[in-house]
Amino acid sequence: MKNIFIRPNKENLTSFVTIGSFLVFISFIDVLANTFLNLNFTSFLPSKLSYFAPLILGTIGLYLIRIEFSGNKLLDRINTNFNSSNLNAILSLIVIFTLIKYIPPILNWFFFDANFAGNTKEDCTGSGACWVFVKVWFNRFVYGMYPDSEQWRINSAFILLFALVGASFFVPAKLKKYFLIFLIFVYPIIGLKLISGGEFGLKYVETGAWGGLSLTFIVSAFALILCFPVGMFLALGRRSSLPAIRYTSIGFIELWRGVPLITVLFMSAVMFPMFLPDGTYVDKLIRVLIAITLFEAAYMAEVIRGGLQALPKGQYEAAKSLGMGYWRMHFLIILPQALKLVIPGIANTFLALVKDTPLIFVVGLLELAGMVNLAKTNPKWLGMAMEGYVFAGLVFWVICYAMSRYSQNLEKKLSTER
Amino acid sequence: MNKIIELKNVNKWFDKFQALKEVNLEVNQQEKIVICGPSGSGKSTLIRCINRLEEHQEGEIIVDGKEISENTKDIEKIRAEVGMVFQQFNLFPHLSILDNCTLAPIWVKKMPKKQAEELAMNNLKRVQIADQAKKFPGQLSGGQQQRSALARALCMEPKIMLFDEPTSALDPEMIKEVLDSMVDLAKAGMTMIVVTHEMGFAKEVADNMIFMDEGRIVEKAKTKDFFDNPKSDRTKLFLSQIL
Repeated sequence: MKNIFIRPNKENLTSFVTIGSFLVFISFIDVLANTFLNLNFTSFLPSKLSYFAPLILGTIGLYLIRIEFSGNKLLDRINTNFNSSNLNAILSLIVIFTLIKYIPPILNWFFFDANFAGNTKEDCTGSGACWVFVKVWFNRFVYGMYPDSEQWRINSAFILLFALVGASFFVPAKLKKYFLIFLIFVYPIIGLKLISGGEFGLKYVETGAWGGLSLTFIVSAFALILCFPVGMFLALGRRSSLPAIRYTSIGFIELWRGVPLITVLFMSAVMFPMFLPDGTYVDKLIRVLIAITLFEAAYMAEVIRGGLQALPKGQYEAAKSLGMGYWRMHFLIILPQALKLVIPGIANTFLALVKDTPLIFVVGLLELAGMVNLAKTNPKWLGMAMEGYVFAGLVFWVICYAMSRYSQNLEKKLSTER
Repeated sequence: MNKIIELKNVNKWFDKFQALKEVNLEVNQQEKIVICGPSGSGKSTLIRCINRLEEHQEGEIIVDGKEISENTKDIEKIRAEVGMVFQQFNLFPHLSILDNCTLAPIWVKKMPKKQAEELAMNNLKRVQIADQAKKFPGQLSGGQQQRSALARALCMEPKIMLFDEPTSALDPEMIKEVLDSMVDLAKAGMTMIVVTHEMGFAKEVADNMIFMDEGRIVEKAKTKDFFDNPKSDRTKLFLSQIL
């Protein structure tokens, strides 16, 4: 039996390592040749065996070089990190081979075979992506149907926002409070007026024309800012000792959590106007904003409630014993701690909110994904769905990843358990 | 002597369990009372009723001339005058020690920030941890945390201090530093009600001792009499086990 299973050992280190690395080497050559040169060295084998040949050879090779404390640093590092057992060896090989096989075609589609130059679909001659589509439609993807001559207004609204946010990092701590109040309460009104116009000599642009990435930002930002306080009060309400408030909160939360967002949006578009008295008109965008805000607030409430429940009773008692009433206790002691605890959950809800915004297409508002959807049905640009959706996906990913990183930074910054 | 706390026939139930039975107690200004007794005897419940962290169902509790009941609208005002130190410290972990101390004076008493910080530093000096003011509770030892909690309560300049087993969660080494601070406070003339098992502290500081069992005050006596010739057998048994 001993002779059948050769145990790699230190005495014959060189021969084991030589044979082992040779087998691994062959397995890699086989995969590389297969991917890039379209050659199959093992075609003499039955097709299934041929397909798995590199994996089998590689696994045997890695088995042979798995020698503990060999004294060779590189070998030891490979063994501890990729090759600590047969299962790990196989998994490592599968991951590496998959990367070798699938990364190049993806890169080819994205860059090497892609077309960047030109202005029409006919300029796309390569087999890869046709980024001309995104280039030509870029303006629409960002601004929607907003008139070209007025786009400076959106630009300046966002530049003002970024300037304010950027400046808030540098203003002295004393002014920061006022800065934040301005940002949260005053700026949104300025920004909205700037974009919608109708006053101060600015041409009125109806919300139906808004769209693209700028609408994604507008909807997300307003919903984020609004759903947070609403969720917070709902969470407090659900834990209130007053039955009327408690049951209202529970009812509200369970109602909104129980229905799909898309039906809520439909309702806001179709049903809601029926309840209004004749002649009153609430803008479509505002109705949608309210719907998304209330919907996400219900989720936010449950996230925050989780944080409230995690706090020990002693914190409430200590606050009370110092003479704090309900509101002071919650705003000075309980909420700061509870919110810090649930930053990951809050970030989760915010990300979900941003990614829910495309659903506003059901009321005819087209943000980034909606614009892509529209552009791909343009007769001149049929067949460009892939490029459009990949582009939209990347943009959403960048936004969400940035938010995720920010929340992680915030967690670190607020941690007092140093 | 002025009565500052008065309990008359106080009864309290947790559902069906009666935690306090016909409790009568009078505390004068500057009086120091130590309450002892086996666990579950209602000691903590008794002092937690005094600042209404627990609600009593029957009887009267009068603190500084105001009756405490569900009709008390400004219970916060009474609580602001009654400081409390907890077994588990209950410092606010998201705030520095200094902020722990200044928060309530600034927001409840509307004290200017500068003045509050001065007051906080004085009280931190008093409990000898002024050098830890900028740290967070999680960075301090248990004894330091409990002394911070004491300083925090003192910053409200209370008329009465309640201690709910302040040393029970501490290592033996740290018990002394906390008790020292409490002895200082007692010498300064604070009205104190202390639930504790530290009989050395009781002998040194207390004017009166109370022994509780099964929700009743079994014995109340001058400290010397209490230890030298306790009247009830239950007290004798308890003292023989703990001393």
